[in-house]
Amino acid sequence: MDEFLQFLFSGLTRGSIYAIVGIGFAIVYNASHVINFAQGEFVMIGGMAAVAITTKLGLPLAAAIPLSVALAALVGVALEKFAIEPARGASVVAIIIITIGASIFIRGGVEVLVGKRDHSLPAFSGDEPIRIAGATLQPQSLWVVGALVVIVLGLRWFFGATRTGKAMLATSHNRLAAQLVGIEVRHVLLASFALAAALGALAGILTAPITLTRYDIGIMLGLKGFCAAILGGLGSPYGAVAGGLALGMAEAMTGGYVSSGYQDAVAFAIILCVLFVRPQGLFGRAGTERV
Amino acid sequence: MKAGPPDMLLEVHGLVTRYGRIEALKGVDLAVAEGELLALVGGNGAGKTTLLRTISGVQPAASGRIRFAGEDISRLPAARRVRLGIAQVPEGRQVFGPMSVADNLVLGGHTRTKAEIAEGIERAYTMFPILAERRLQAAGTLSGGQQQMLAIARALMARPRLLLLDEPSMGLAPLLVQEIFETVKRLKSQGVTIFLVEQNAAAALAIADRGYVIETGRITMQDSGPALLADERVKAAYLGI
Repeated sequence: MDEFLQFLFSGLTRGSIYAIVGIGFAIVYNASHVINFAQGEFVMIGGMAAVAITTKLGLPLAAAIPLSVALAALVGVALEKFAIEPARGASVVAIIIITIGASIFIRGGVEVLVGKRDHSLPAFSGDEPIRIAGATLQPQSLWVVGALVVIVLGLRWFFGATRTGKAMLATSHNRLAAQLVGIEVRHVLLASFALAAALGALAGILTAPITLTRYDIGIMLGLKGFCAAILGGLGSPYGAVAGGLALGMAEAMTGGYVSSGYQDAVAFAIILCVLFVRPQGLFGRAGTERV
Repeated sequence: MKAGPPDMLLEVHGLVTRYGRIEALKGVDLAVAEGELLALVGGNGAGKTTLLRTISGVQPAASGRIRFAGEDISRLPAARRVRLGIAQVPEGRQVFGPMSVADNLVLGGHTRTKAEIAEGIERAYTMFPILAERRLQAAGTLSGGQQQMLAIARALMARPRLLLLDEPSMGLAPLLVQEIFETVKRLKSQGVTIFLVEQNAAAALAIADRGYVIETGRITMQDSGPALLADERVKAAYLGI
């Protein structure tokens, strides 16, 4: 039982990280129908920037977090402005390939700048584990899960109650109509990339004390976040949350009860099975193309 | 073709629009006067929707000029044109399906202040009481006629000086078609300048001050609404008489 609880905590923590990364995929996909494969690099930038700001500049973590998130958002805006926007009118596949190129570029740049070493970030509130019914819980896990809750509530408010949020939502539902009511669709795209990058960076900072961070950490985390978004049905941020938690749980249970060598394989196998039955994902709308 | 007099609200000169290598508009000239109800009729694929899309700026013009209230808007992005006063009710209504009726209206007023939006919603509900009843319902679940009303109300939220209506009667039952045309007449009497594009030529020309006929990307006829209604060629081609 305490074993199960231990795996549950682990699954919840990883799942929350995947969920936050996955939300970023969903937001960009909604605005542009592009799958941004540079999303994982935002995760890396967040963690690496936080490490650099705390160690090199000596700033406290409380200052490093917003700075790193802002930096990643800036990189997101630059990516949209200088790589995606010039390719306007190109096919979605071409733009997806551009995002892959951008991710290789960013990863390579960071590798040259800071090298291939692992970097660590101190846990936000100590390493003293909390004991619950025979299982232990790292305080950092609480930060991760708490951040996910705050993000979900924040997004609900943003998309449900603010003018900018509603305009972004409207653009995802009907781009033509959005243009015709005077929404600047280009600004919506920029805002989506900024928001997705900020969320990715936040995930990267939250996970850095647990998993360490490295120039290429974005590959796997990006892939897991992508799976979370696909599992939840691409266009739905809340679907990505469910997908991320399901994925994290599947991994933790496989890692715990079967073998940690199989955890990635089993997770991906589950995704394949789900998509065989429901190609639109758990919460996605059935795929109808309007002509 | 001669240009419209200087008090024209909208002037289009030699407008060419292409989809790839296909020329959908081959040099269109037309003008809409302030306060006028102008009808553009023509068959399928004649270029009616393309013309409205180009005027709204969601489809780029290959060449030619569009002037609105004396200002050249040919290169302005779509959102700027809405701010200047051009609103469009697009073909097929294009409501924001999963969002509520009220949210659709709020979005229609995206270019307006909070107070103007509140006032606009009040007017929309007075004009279409059914929308007030359904205000919390998802727009996609409304009937076709109600969606058309919502699309019109949404466009009016921008407080346009020029309202572009693309096939507002398409796919509606005869009774609803009548209601929509009544609405268009009412808007004109309130002083809104209207550019109405219709396949239902008889109904459109009957309420229009002036009309144009478009065929394969070119304006082929223009006259007053009643004169076009009485014209033998129009009768044969579009009225099925």
